Amino acid sequence: MGRFLLVTIQIEMDDGIALRLQEDLTTRIEKTGSRGVLIDISALEMVDSFIGRMIANISAMSHILNARTVLVGMQPAVAITLVELGLTLPGVRTALNVERGMALLAASDDENAEDASGRK
Amino acid sequence: MVGNESVPLVCEQDIVLARQAVRKAALQLGFSLVDQTKIVTAASELARNAVVYGGGGRLELEIVTENGRQGLRLTISDEGKGIEDLTLAMKDGWTTGTGLGMGLPGTKRLVNDFRITSQPGIGTTVIVTRWK
Repeated sequence: MGRFLLVTIQIEMDDGIALRLQEDLTTRIEKTGSRGVLIDISALEMVDSFIGRMIANISAMSHILNARTVLVGMQPAVAITLVELGLTLPGVRTALNVERGMALLAASDDENAEDASGRK
Repeated sequence: MVGNESVPLVCEQDIVLARQAVRKAALQLGFSLVDQTKIVTAASELARNAVVYGGGGRLELEIVTENGRQGLRLTISDEGKGIEDLTLAMKDGWTTGTGLGMGLPGTKRLVNDFRITSQPGIGTTVIVTRWK
């Protein structure tokens, strides 16, 4: 995936796994110098406030490490439930699927590169 | 599910087991996918409260019938330190722990009936029902 890290969550997340993922991912961003993280949650049948907070944390931490996060594949029932729960994931960018998520990451990375080189 | 079922809530993994038991019961009742997701998420929030703040507890599942409609009722109880001010705890944005402060009021929005009793030093019991 080159500049970007792709994370596919395919198991039922307990709190410990969620916390480990947060740590592992930030370590990987730092080690690889990745410019973006794509998190695919299409296999997740439920996102509660703990997992939601973990996603928001990953997004905030990666932002500080100069990487963007895009969340993809959220099931409609999960989205409906999250909003009723009161969790709207502010600051987390989303896309419908992996393909669109990658396009979003690539576009935002190109913008950053242009800014840095003084063009535009 | 025949009759009632009970899931101990002691450690983090029990939160996952609680979610799975509630999902199974909701499926058996023929809940829509959205309703399944709502009751499973509510169970996850309440189970975590019992494990993290209540020092452990128990989830009981019950299929209930009222006026010809069926529902799934969850009773989550712990013998923890209880909640001093329930009115405050039911306000959006309030939390004592590391949560986002949407625990109880958010969970209430995911179910049709929500009842909570808590006594400092004795524990907390939450009873929620989602009707089909």
